[in-house]
Amino acid sequence: MRYAETGFNLEIDLTRGNIERVATDPRDTELYLGGLGTNAKILWDRVAPEVDAFSPENLLIFAAGLLCGTPAPGCNRTIVSTISPQTKLMAFSMMGGFWAPELKYAGYDKVILRGKSPKLVYILIHNDKVEIRDASHLSGKGAVETQELLRAELKEPKAQVAAIGLAGENKVFFASIEQGRSSASRGGIGAVMGDKGVKAIVVRGTKDVNMAQPAEYMKLCNDVLKYIKFRNENPIPGVMPILAGLGSPQEMRVHDEKWHTENFMWGNSRHRRKDFWNDDVEKEWTNTMDKARTRLISCYNCPMQCGATISMPGLPTYMMKCFSKLTYTMAAMSNLDFGLKIAQRATEYGVDGFSAPQVMAFALELLENGILTDKDFEGMPTDNDGKFYWLLDRIVRREGIGDILANGTYWAAEQIGNGANAFAHNNIKKHEQLPLKLSMLNPIYFLMYSTGEKINITQIEGQFPQAPWPTMEEREEFVKDWFQVPDDKFKQILLDWEPRGEKSMPLYPTVQMCCDIVDWQERMHYIDDALGMCSGLSSFPLKPPYHIHNYPKFISLGAGIEMDEEKLTNAAKRYRTLVRAINISRGMRRKDEKPPENHWKKRFPELEKELLDTYYKFKGWNNDGIPTKEYLNEMGLGYVAEEFQKRGIYSETESASSKETSTNNETN
Amino acid sequence: MKDEKKKKIVKSIRINVDKCNGCRACEVVCSAFHSNPKYSSNNPARSRIRVIRDPLADIFVPVYAGEYAVAECAGRDKYTIDGKEYDECAFCRASCPSRDLFKEPDSGLPLKCDMCESDPTLERPLCVEWCLNDALIFEEREVDDEDDVKQEELEIGLESLANKYGIQKLAEIIAKMSESKKG
Ligand code: SF4
Ligand code: SF4
Repeated sequence: MRYAETGFNLEIDLTRGNIERVATDPRDTELYLGGLGTNAKILWDRVAPEVDAFSPENLLIFAAGLLCGTPAPGCNRTIVSTISPQTKLMAFSMMGGFWAPELKYAGYDKVILRGKSPKLVYILIHNDKVEIRDASHLSGKGAVETQELLRAELKEPKAQVAAIGLAGENKVFFASIEQGRSSASRGGIGAVMGDKGVKAIVVRGTKDVNMAQPAEYMKLCNDVLKYIKFRNENPIPGVMPILAGLGSPQEMRVHDEKWHTENFMWGNSRHRRKDFWNDDVEKEWTNTMDKARTRLISCYNCPMQCGATISMPGLPTYMMKCFSKLTYTMAAMSNLDFGLKIAQRATEYGVDGFSAPQVMAFALELLENGILTDKDFEGMPTDNDGKFYWLLDRIVRREGIGDILANGTYWAAEQIGNGANAFAHNNIKKHEQLPLKLSMLNPIYFLMYSTGEKINITQIEGQFPQAPWPTMEEREEFVKDWFQVPDDKFKQILLDWEPRGEKSMPLYPTVQMCCDIVDWQERMHYIDDALGMCSGLSSFPLKPPYHIHNYPKFISLGAGIEMDEEKLTNAAKRYRTLVRAINISRGMRRKDEKPPENHWKKRFPELEKELLDTYYKFKGWNNDGIPTKEYLNEMGLGYVAEEFQKRGIYSETESASSKETSTNNETN
Repeated sequence: MKDEKKKKIVKSIRINVDKCNGCRACEVVCSAFHSNPKYSSNNPARSRIRVIRDPLADIFVPVYAGEYAVAECAGRDKYTIDGKEYDECAFCRASCPSRDLFKEPDSGLPLKCDMCESDPTLERPLCVEWCLNDALIFEEREVDDEDDVKQEELEIGLESLANKYGIQKLAEIIAKMSESKKG
């Protein structure tokens, strides 16, 4: 018997309309765990580097993490993996909500889509019954609307539906997949779903998910719940409220937005408004939020309340979470009332809440600067808010200028030319980033921004405090019960870390320490993504309930795979390397690994070079960021080394890396 | 002694739907607890508590499995409360032929909440334990034992029978009845 996982994938060929239930190899679970790990293995094996996002040979994989569907609290992530049309690299966005556990109860670990359907379809999965069905009546329907319509027409109120909106149907490069209160939105995976002609995947399951050692596993779950309760009652003192507790950032709960509105950038990630937050704004925004928010809600089997149902007057209700509360407001330099209203439309269209607002602000900046002209914006209303609605409508329909903007700021700038690329200034690896511009380089964040392959800072940061505590008492207080650290050396680093002086940034933590810290941070995210755990209970917050010490037990007792910290660390390293291998085979190199040039005002080119050099070595990569033969063999990835060899990737970089010694020459 | 009423413990769960975040943790732990062997599997479809959940309509109602109904009701109810329209039979606890709620998914056998009966007895039912949002609160209340009242009623009834048929006759019949029950 297989435990925690079902041992079966659904393989659906949309071109031929063929559906197969395929048993998976338990040895792959041992090596790559599940979720992201096994997704990466499948993409490496089956999608050649020449295959682009909109090729029928591209796969779109929906995976339930290894422990999804077991009683582990907060374990509910669907990991969607494919090749991104925007970055042309591997995209592995995830979503919370209720879909992944339902897939497990239906009897599958993954749904793997290949080919393209000639007409718009949806997929119905009800235990053993799997059908490809006509979705022509859903064409153009909103992503939330589609979920409701399908549940109603199928008379399956308990079915979980992942759907795309108009943006996905029209292959907008930042289209999302929406599901309940969650969405998988980074990297344009909704566009790939649209390209495959799939409007939605409906899942209903009523089968068992088995646990290997039931009573012991349950005890682990109970301990986690107990610790969540403890952490909810004991927020971390001395940090911003948003970092004090567990869960995704509690944006739906809080009213005080002083920190975000005054520290994050407005417009096209340009303007800092240092004295924005005052009593009047606070009163107005609190009022808006209170009226809009009906209830705080959670994902499957999680006691937190990171999401909310939002009802704006005259608009259908929708669900929201996290920072999309502010992204539209800030991009448009408007107010919260506008932000929550346009987000309703954007959610129905199914677009990424980070990229979409930035693309629109970028377009208006190009107009202001004469790079685009009034002709490009014919018919656009003159009022500020109206402009954003108008642009959003053009983009998701790919009409006029919207057709260019729908490719995101990087590609739009390439197409527009005429200096437009200076305005696409907030990208990493062609992907829009958080609107943050800071003063002095932070070496830990420098490494995370540069080398993160999920290309979203929130999906690599966490665990380690973002700033040192001013007093020793506070530091001692913090490290006292910091048992989540993989090694006690992290406590010492924190104790020694000072806000000013010799032991302060950018020279302390030292380069080597930064490597250790970033490696730990990243590893925990990768483990979450394989197990299907919410990073809000694990890799993201300080002192989370899941960590490197209890995860191996969860895997052994839940999935029945013998596991210890070392073996787990190695598995995570293995599929993390595989993600990199996929991207390397697609041309990603050291030159691509850098934060936006203006992310920090004060940069340290030599230090940055040393950081990257050291980190690459530490990770087993050569100086161009390519995993070395030796390291690949050590990780049991000899097949990757062979392929690199065959493709001439090593020989090409041996000569190239000496030319491209530093990425930072350009950034000064 | 005579006038001191006997007491008994009633176990109940207070459900505050306003506090429910719709997480279904209650379903998770219930189905795990009732699997055999205990906790060996998890499947909300087998849970004896189900959350009626329609977030966009702000409907979040945990309902416990009650008695098995052989036949469906002749009439159905449909509630609207505070402008929210609930599904037909939404609040009904019965495992009933009209729907698939509260039945084992494969066998169709009825399910019923047993307050997590186990040996040793749990402090609280597990759904309550796992609901960190306090939407489910367990209460044990002492109430007057209805048996005392019944006793009085029984006495009155017997006395009237004795008056009618004579006490001797009544005693004979009761003796015969208890004999056959034992047999
Ligand atoms: S912590 Fe928040 S985002 Fe994570 S599973 Fe729970 S409700 Fe969902
Ligand atoms: S555990 Fe509590 S909050 Fe969660 S669904 Fe059940 S009753 Fe609602």
